[in-house]
Amino acid sequence: MSDFWILLTGSLVAACCGIVGVFLVLRKMAMIGDAISHSVMPGIVIAFLISGTRDSLVMMFAALLFGLLTTFLIGLFQRSGIQSDASIGVVFTALFAIGVILVSLFARQVHLDQDAILYGEIAFVHWNLWEVGGVSMGPKAVWLLGVTLIAIAAVIGLFYKQFKLCAFDPALAAAIGIPVALFHYMLMGLVSMATVSSFESVGAILVVGMLIIPASTSYLLTDRLGMMIALSIAVGVASTFAGYGASIILDASIAGCIVCAAGLLFVAAFLLSPSHGLISRRLRQRKLAAETTASGARAV
Amino acid sequence: MSNFFTMLADPNMRWIFFGCMLLGLSSGVIGSFTYLRKQSLVGDTLAHAALPGICIAFMLTGVKSIGIFLIGATLAGIVATFGIGYITRHSRLKQDAALGIVLSSFFGLGIVLLTFIQHGDYGNQAGLDKFLFGQAAAMVGSDVMTMSVMSAFLVTICALLFKQFKLISFDPGFAKGLGYNVGLLEQLLMLLVVVAVVAGVQAVGVVLIAALLITPAVSARYWTNRLGTMIILSGAFGALSGALGTWISSSVSNLPTGPVTVLAATTVFVLSVLLGPERGLLAKRILQARVKRSFLKENEVLHTASGDRMKGETAG
Repeated sequence: MSDFWILLTGSLVAACCGIVGVFLVLRKMAMIGDAISHSVMPGIVIAFLISGTRDSLVMMFAALLFGLLTTFLIGLFQRSGIQSDASIGVVFTALFAIGVILVSLFARQVHLDQDAILYGEIAFVHWNLWEVGGVSMGPKAVWLLGVTLIAIAAVIGLFYKQFKLCAFDPALAAAIGIPVALFHYMLMGLVSMATVSSFESVGAILVVGMLIIPASTSYLLTDRLGMMIALSIAVGVASTFAGYGASIILDASIAGCIVCAAGLLFVAAFLLSPSHGLISRRLRQRKLAAETTASGARAV
Repeated sequence: MSNFFTMLADPNMRWIFFGCMLLGLSSGVIGSFTYLRKQSLVGDTLAHAALPGICIAFMLTGVKSIGIFLIGATLAGIVATFGIGYITRHSRLKQDAALGIVLSSFFGLGIVLLTFIQHGDYGNQAGLDKFLFGQAAAMVGSDVMTMSVMSAFLVTICALLFKQFKLISFDPGFAKGLGYNVGLLEQLLMLLVVVAVVAGVQAVGVVLIAALLITPAVSARYWTNRLGTMIILSGAFGALSGALGTWISSSVSNLPTGPVTVLAATTVFVLSVLLGPERGLLAKRILQARVKRSFLKENEVLHTASGDRMKGETAG
């Protein structure tokens, strides 16, 4: 049974991160995803300290706040003339440092340790059950991720057209009256939600892998947005299964193995993708060269 | 303040303290160049990518020595730099996605190897997990010595190649025109970043060492427009952060050094944002107020002047 819950949790993480990751990659904001996944840390710890429980709703709210704060600060420093990547670097390292210090100082109260921040606790997911009136309803993490997935799917589904336009041509979107800034912050809110629900299971840094790697892989496989989202989820789920298998064989971190599996799938797509892969492009170039020389010879 | 002197009275802590200052100094200096070359997050990626290199080096040799880690991390860093370049050149993914992919897959691999080591039959592995967030107080004399030598080496190289690095930071095309091997210099700079990461791995940890490369440089940029001054300032800010980080984390139990150092650097950054001349928020406000006042004054003068003429005309 524990295998089932771990795989389900991993797949839900893959789905949540896969959907928002696509928009991050398309808007060239992959590293902002990295920044948010680090900087929700202090939000989570502060929520623990204030509420005294691991109540997911409070945590979600705090993390959302910190995610938006990160986006806001990065934008603020960029406008004040700091290069964009440096402002990302300054903001997330500072917030992450605050989070780690809080965990170290109050480790006993929050039942979080530095390892959990990095590796996540997906292996123990089936021990933390949600009980209603004495009846077990399954792991809490699954419920949390399920609700997050529904929320993400609902928001993206409702405003699909707007998100699509903002992703590909923000200037046009602004020109026809779509509030681009609002959708930017909305996307960042969704990224924070996906991050915080995945955080407990896979850890801070590996969330980044689930946000960026499957989306980048599917970007190399298709030219259609809808297809890209579907493929991104599929790649994420596939790496969950492969990674979990590998982690059992190697007796190593589950989250780490999942991200490694995603990395391998990316390399495979990078080399073998029928449309954008390295090998197929080489073959096409060679064919073109052969055709050119052949037609050149005919002309002579 | 008293526990500051108790810390300095302990000879081992004294060495660690000066070692971390030197580390902050050297990474501040290197960070200035990477910042100007718009490669701040490359430092972050290389720092994360060093983890699997360090783990593999440990697994192969079974020794915890900075020299061996340096070889492992350098190789991993070279593979990571190559990977980022290869992905951006040979696919339609942009640099940010390439950075994210390399960063997270390398770090994932590092975590896998780390847990592998922890579960496996490797003696002497205790303390390897301290490399994630750093624990300066746990360093021994030889570690501090190696770290200090490496930091000093970094600063020396930067001083010797100041002119070349300055050129490739501002105008790589011109540097090429002058006959410098720009590709080689760029690789060298990346290598220096890797060296800085490895030097700092025990004191600050791989997760947050990037902040020492980025934050002091950005802070220094607020105070000056000259590269030389910026590098000196950045080094000074880095050294200050290293010193504060070591002091505070050693006086509170169970506090990793890395995050404290980073927060010290961030405090310097916030002060720079507020107080920096020309670019700082306060300076900008003052400038705005002054421009506004002089504009209003000019308007008033013009107004009264034209008013006078009008009066003159009606009188004439």
